[in-house]
Amino acid sequence: MVKFILDAEQRLFGETLHKLLAGTGTPEVIRAWAGGAPDRGLALWRSLADAGVFALAVPESAGGAGPLPVELVTAFHELGRHAVPGPLAETVAAAELLARLRGGPGAGETRDGDSGDGDSGDGDSGDGLAAAWLPRIAEGTAVVSLALPPAVPYALDADAADLVLAVDGDGLRVAAPGTARGSLDPSRRLFPVGAGPAEAHTAEAGEVLASGPAVRAAASAAFGLGALACAAQLVGLGRRLLEATVEYAGARRQFGQPIGAFQAVKHQLADVLVDLEYARPLVHGAALAYGSPDFARDVSAAKAAASEAAYAAARTALQVHGAIGYTDEYDLSLWIRKARALRSAWGSPAEHRARLIASLTGGRGSGGGP
Amino acid sequence: MDLDLSSVEPFRAEVRDWLRAHVPAAPLPSLETEEGFAAHRAWERELHGARLSVVSWPEPYGGRDASPLQWLVFEEEYYAAGAPGRVSQNGINLLAPTLFRHGTPEQLGRVLPPMASGEVIWAQAWSEPGAGSDLAALRATATPAPGGWLLNGQKTWSSRAAFADRGFGLFRSDPGAGRHHGLTYLMFPLDAEGLTRRPIGRLDGKPAFAELFFDDVFVPDADVIGAPGEGWKVAMSTAGNERGLTLRSPGRFTAAADRLVALWCERADPDDTALRDRVADAWIRARAYRLKGFETVSRTDDVGAETSVNKVFWSELDLALHETALDLLGPDGELEGEWLEGYVFSLAGPIYAGTNEIQRNVIAERVLGLPRTAR
Repeated sequence: MVKFILDAEQRLFGETLHKLLAGTGTPEVIRAWAGGAPDRGLALWRSLADAGVFALAVPESAGGAGPLPVELVTAFHELGRHAVPGPLAETVAAAELLARLRGGPGAGETRDGDSGDGDSGDGDSGDGLAAAWLPRIAEGTAVVSLALPPAVPYALDADAADLVLAVDGDGLRVAAPGTARGSLDPSRRLFPVGAGPAEAHTAEAGEVLASGPAVRAAASAAFGLGALACAAQLVGLGRRLLEATVEYAGARRQFGQPIGAFQAVKHQLADVLVDLEYARPLVHGAALAYGSPDFARDVSAAKAAASEAAYAAARTALQVHGAIGYTDEYDLSLWIRKARALRSAWGSPAEHRARLIASLTGGRGSGGGP
Repeated sequence: MDLDLSSVEPFRAEVRDWLRAHVPAAPLPSLETEEGFAAHRAWERELHGARLSVVSWPEPYGGRDASPLQWLVFEEEYYAAGAPGRVSQNGINLLAPTLFRHGTPEQLGRVLPPMASGEVIWAQAWSEPGAGSDLAALRATATPAPGGWLLNGQKTWSSRAAFADRGFGLFRSDPGAGRHHGLTYLMFPLDAEGLTRRPIGRLDGKPAFAELFFDDVFVPDADVIGAPGEGWKVAMSTAGNERGLTLRSPGRFTAAADRLVALWCERADPDDTALRDRVADAWIRARAYRLKGFETVSRTDDVGAETSVNKVFWSELDLALHETALDLLGPDGELEGEWLEGYVFSLAGPIYAGTNEIQRNVIAERVLGLPRTAR
């Protein structure tokens, strides 16, 4: 019998993270992170690791508990709900990338749905990198940023990261971050990744550590997991925007009544709920497709829908709040801005729609029903 | 959490095999025409013969006691096979759930079997000229008479009533009671003495609904559902079913989305990214509706007012699917055919079963908890 709802343990995990984050007071953490003082954010990062968040993307054999995609989207829903700053999706995507690069031919360690016998090219360096970094990602002592151009062209928060990776085509290298560019979301700093010299981590920056079709495949898997995590964040972000706006509309009075009593306000908020309610099952469906041939297609469906739903939630939140929502100082504006940024991070809606159509019409014939 | 459908695969295979062997090769004429209505009635009989007309009903009434998940799978196969529209849907999806909740054993035994076989096809009779979204403003009356009730007044927008056999709806039995009180839920024959029906052409001219004029139409007590005067509560349980999954199953939309992608492959200019994005969105939304269906049948709590969320979503999805198809067809989009028939049908979706404006009020007030609007 199908059971397409979170089980009790998964719900408890989400609630535990919610309490942890609510108790932390993320707006202050976000503002500090945005101001170049990442200490509180990094402390929160370690608390999240202690709660098991990053281990969900690291295989058990590398010190993690994963891959557990349903738990991962449960966690990222809460991270989005509280607008937690940092290269969160980037770190779990990097974990996926490194895990896929472990072992060369015949190494025996495989991930779901991966034959593991492909040509891994220069697998040794990928292997060494994975062995060095995966356990640290799981335990929260490594913040990793990752660029996967063209869809993910910048390394997010590279200045706060312990490792910055980039994959160009089929070459993996430690990236040399350039000069940061600011984002609409003040907590996001985006670094162009060049191949110039930089401080080495495990290898000379710019040096290609691994190459070949295995890197390309691993990067594609990493993109899928990063986009899935981002989609879950967006649904959580949208949910928080809706809750806060409903609360505000019930309290704010004009013309002698709460503005939430006006149908023009009600109907906008109802539409936000409808879109979010149908984005969530797409995220869960994509998580369950992890390791199957439909994973990339289902992630694209989820990311496109979650981006649209969260962005609509942000636009509505801004409109219903009026001028106060348009201020830097009002905490909810951190969520409003993040929704716009994450909408196009990890593939814009247009990018994912194009990928979806390519997947529906490209070669797999019929049988790929919705 | 899982999406493991393996337990229903044998049932799916049986349904698929039967449909493959029996679905008419050429589409039946529109069920909103006299000829098409008869053809669709015959199809209901054929479905019933295979015990596939009402799979979720108990066996004694012609069903198979199918689980909600099996029902979802049945619907997926049904629409994927391109099987005919269900001319019996008002009875099966609206009246039957009401009878299962409020009907007497005698009513169940008398009404359900001929409904399952298509022998009796039902029309709904909710709206009146002065009572649309504001259904509680209805004025048609039921006055006590020896052994039953006399119905008077007018109903309108009565779907399928042009050719159906019987109808059901609400009548005011206690004019002194408040708006939502003193209403009685009744079933009546459409060929009763004193009842005049005037078919109404819908947007494309087909008589999809009718006006009904009641002039001392006698209905026996046996055809009251629930207690006299309690009709509003009884009807609201029907409205809940109408807005839930049962009226518009995910299978309809996933099948249409697959046909839309096929049409895109066949007809589209691959560089037209605006249309491509609409095709992608329609497919994504159909998938979302399907997954939400699995979520709904996985839940054990009461879905309640969330059915309004469903109604807004499927009605707008249906429109988006068909509008995109017509746009893909370009100059052929106005030509009569299956996409156009579906389009005309989809245009009514945001209006019937409670307009989407009413649904958004329900979502805002009962799901989100916003203050009630004076009305």
